[in-house]
Amino acid sequence: MGIRFILMVNKQGQTRLAQYYEWLTLEERRALEGEIVRKCLARNEQQCSFVEHRNYKIVYRRYASLFFLVGVDNDENELAILEFIHLLVETMDRHFGNVCELDIMFHLEKAHFMLEEMVMNGSIVETSKANILSPIQLMEKAS
Amino acid sequence: MSGSSLMDSLFQRSLEDLIKGLRQQLIGEQAFISKALEEICKEIKSTDLSTKATALLKLSHLSNLHFHGMSFAAFHALEVLSSPRFSHKKIAYHAISLSFHDSTPVLLLITNHLRKDLNSTNEFEVSLSLQCLSRIANVDLARDLTPEVFTLLSSNKLYVRKRAVAVVLRVFEKYPDSVRVCFKRLVENLENSDPQILSAVVGVFSELACKDPRSYLPLAPEFYKILVDSRNNWISIKVLKIFSKLAPLEPRLAKRVVEPICDLLRNTGAKSLLFECIRTVVTSLSEYESAVRLAVGKVREFLVDEDPNLKYLGLQALRIVAEKHLWVVSENKEVVIKSLSDADPNIKIESLRLVMAMVSGHNVSEISRVLVNYAMKSDPVFCNEILGSILSTCSRNFYEIVVDFDWYVLLLGEMSRIPHCQMGEEIENQLIDIGLRVKDVRPELVRVARDLLIDPALLGNSFLHSVLSASAWASGEYVEFSRNPLELMEALLQPRTSLLPPSIRAIYIQSAFKVLVFCLHTCFVRGGSIVPSASMDNFPAGVSASASHESFDEISVENSADATVVHGQTHASAPITKASIVNLLNLVELALGPLLGSNDVEVQERARNLLGFVDLTKPEVLNSSVQEKEDSEGKGVETSKIIKLMCDAFSKELGPVSLSAQGKVSLPDGLMLKENLVDLEMICGDIKPPSSYSFSFGSPYEEEKDWLSFSNLHIKEDSEQSNESTSLLAEHRKRHGLYYLPSGKSELISNDYPPAKDPTLQGDINDNTDDLVEITEESLNPKRKPNHGKPRPVVKLDEVDEKPVAMKQPEPRDDSLSSAVRDVLFGSEDIPPTSSRSNLSNNPSSKRKGKEKQHTDPRVESRENVIDRNSSSRRSKDRSHGKERRYRSPKKKNAEERKNTDQKEKEKRHRDHGRHKSRQRAEEPLKVPAQTSVIPDFLL
Repeated sequence: MGIRFILMVNKQGQTRLAQYYEWLTLEERRALEGEIVRKCLARNEQQCSFVEHRNYKIVYRRYASLFFLVGVDNDENELAILEFIHLLVETMDRHFGNVCELDIMFHLEKAHFMLEEMVMNGSIVETSKANILSPIQLMEKAS
Repeated sequence: MSGSSLMDSLFQRSLEDLIKGLRQQLIGEQAFISKALEEICKEIKSTDLSTKATALLKLSHLSNLHFHGMSFAAFHALEVLSSPRFSHKKIAYHAISLSFHDSTPVLLLITNHLRKDLNSTNEFEVSLSLQCLSRIANVDLARDLTPEVFTLLSSNKLYVRKRAVAVVLRVFEKYPDSVRVCFKRLVENLENSDPQILSAVVGVFSELACKDPRSYLPLAPEFYKILVDSRNNWISIKVLKIFSKLAPLEPRLAKRVVEPICDLLRNTGAKSLLFECIRTVVTSLSEYESAVRLAVGKVREFLVDEDPNLKYLGLQALRIVAEKHLWVVSENKEVVIKSLSDADPNIKIESLRLVMAMVSGHNVSEISRVLVNYAMKSDPVFCNEILGSILSTCSRNFYEIVVDFDWYVLLLGEMSRIPHCQMGEEIENQLIDIGLRVKDVRPELVRVARDLLIDPALLGNSFLHSVLSASAWASGEYVEFSRNPLELMEALLQPRTSLLPPSIRAIYIQSAFKVLVFCLHTCFVRGGSIVPSASMDNFPAGVSASASHESFDEISVENSADATVVHGQTHASAPITKASIVNLLNLVELALGPLLGSNDVEVQERARNLLGFVDLTKPEVLNSSVQEKEDSEGKGVETSKIIKLMCDAFSKELGPVSLSAQGKVSLPDGLMLKENLVDLEMICGDIKPPSSYSFSFGSPYEEEKDWLSFSNLHIKEDSEQSNESTSLLAEHRKRHGLYYLPSGKSELISNDYPPAKDPTLQGDINDNTDDLVEITEESLNPKRKPNHGKPRPVVKLDEVDEKPVAMKQPEPRDDSLSSAVRDVLFGSEDIPPTSSRSNLSNNPSSKRKGKEKQHTDPRVESRENVIDRNSSSRRSKDRSHGKERRYRSPKKKNAEERKNTDQKEKEKRHRDHGRHKSRQRAEEPLKVPAQTSVIPDFLL
């Protein structure tokens, strides 16, 4: 599985994007997000970006007011996931121009689409910004 | 209708409106959302596809971020999916991949949509549907769409091909037979030079290899090439993951990869890759000293880095090394200990785990000392983390590492005094456990308990109440080791005990009872002066009772100082005088009097017991104290009788009760615990999944091995366990027999085999009563029989009488996945080793394939396609050979196959020298399990 889920959460703990690679019911999701957000948002900048949760790990990173949280299996490479988060942010930056919470709110499905370009089935399939964005740009041109 | 839909679409809120409205929150979020949902419900029924699509988009948004179910819209999503417009399709796919799951009812209807889009010429449509398939595929979808995925695996559009590769993982998982179709092409993609494809395909293999590494050993050469050639860190990381799974299986492979990995370790600038190298070395290549040293050097760099992330990972890596190379941890001891006071709780916990990994018999006291000091300084959460891990480490395996129990009991006492300590219950358990198990520690235990009991401050801390309860119990139970019972008594009855919860208070009172009886006994029965335990054993515990409380400590110090002398001059030390006894009795009456009206029955009852005893003895004690000695022989006899009686009652030693103690109790006659077992099996035969590790009734031969070893154990509890749940079923069946289908075959089978006497079975239950033997035999034998009987036909007849039940279980599926992979990689028939396993899981699938032939022609074509591809290689030859051989007896078959593989190897050596090395490596694992192939023979 590798990556189990990707969350974007703002400082207030509101979910701004949620992508799960295994099926969870709404209740399970709500509980999970609540627990994770509580755990991760309480941590400060000087602490490391990895949190153990249940039987997997959460790798998170904060960008301005947004937290990017990625739930991964235990043998996943944490540093690679951090790089992945950074890549995601850079990609969004390139598309939206200095991405902010509002961009993601108003273009949620686009953000999902980018993620889908990058991750399939819980494993990272694409790491080139140009490759990730070209379909989106094409589609925007078309519509 | 059309008018209303026009109105709808004209005035429909767009997603953007919805989000803006949510942000403004004029009427509150919940109210706004429910209003929006109402609108959506209306709009989604619209006949206009754009309206529908927008509604669906809004719904997906609400579902994704605000946890609103969208299962009601499943069918509408399909409707939108059928739209010719790409933008609609996109919305529909988005909604579907967010909301569909295995039990979505309309999942059946999506197959054709997906197929259509998979065959589309628009690569983005193809990609969308692949993406969707990777999220929602179930067995049916995976099976039905395998041909399409197979075609796309060699698509010349990279964009599509990459996604097809990624989706294969899910398809394999859900429908293992697809491996036979797709695996070749997947492997071909490994040789692709495009990083996009390579990244996807390596990702798939790293996931596959996680589940069953052995099957992928033959691909090691390909992976090795990627490892050496790759310039992409993402790909290298994934390949390293694969090798960390493969290397432990094949020493020669480990030898080959260790150099390239060390090169990477030395040269890479990327921390993520570096860390992956480190992890690979410490987990899988730990025999290679130089590699480990290199990795450990890098770990040290991580440890001293400013970045908390690296520090954390460094500690984690150390923990992995510690399993095999403890010296590494000791080398980095300072850093680890220093990290105990890091600002990050995660780092602290990680270093704590490391410290605990270092603990052994000879350093446990030293480490515990350090840790307790840290615990006193740190925050409550971490403090308890420390205490918890000390407790669990020391108590591991019946206090394996504790040598000096006096020390440990002292440590427990000390730990419970740490202000943040919340581990009271665990400490309580251990104190009592140690008291019961370790005789020599009891004097020290009583001393520690006394120290805890007499401290009135501790009574205020509710986390310590359970520790106090253990202390009270210990000091009552082992009062003979006490230096000063009178003092104990006062501690047990002190006014602040009112702070305790009633259940613990009751223990206090009971302990006070024991202490009192002990005092009276020593005073009267043993004749005034006391040498409590000193007379029983060598332990010098001169009890000195004194009215002056202030000198307690002095006395105990004195006692221990002249311990050796005490024995001789016990009469010199102050005895428990009658006066002090009278004081004691008064104290009891004073303290417990109010408790007679206690709300808690337990407290009330114990108080009454104790007071009753005091009432009984007090007059006589007073009497005898007045009359002094001359009369005591006549009058005191009755008192001493009572006292002696009570003393005897308390003197019986309590022992620890083992978990399996229940098993030692013999069954009373007439109690038929297992009588209805026989009926149960018939029912369970067709219900129980064959893969369960308890006794299996359905006779899956894949478990033959497990079962054989298991049957030797024949643990009684197990059979009981498996029966309990099924007995309910049986009852239900009895009562509602009407509604059950007639259970045909399996019932007959189990009846076919009358219970036979089995010598091995009897051996196990020899020591029980005859009744028990009969009962257990009855209940166990029918179980044995089908297991014996059934596998035979299958081993012989291969695929005649086999139910495809296994396919529905998740575990067998994994098995069949790997067996399918093996089939493709090795050629199915030339593997003697796993024949028992792989044949097994092949059967249902091959059966199913027969069915498919009728339905879907393209599949068959594609399958033959694969075989055609192979025909150039040696494998197809073997395949046809295999088919001829299929119906021979397995014994012969195995022998022949072994020969065959040997032959083949020779052939191969002649054929291609270039690939010689790698193939040999590939062939290697076959030989290892070859020995296990004996098992089917043995069964015959």
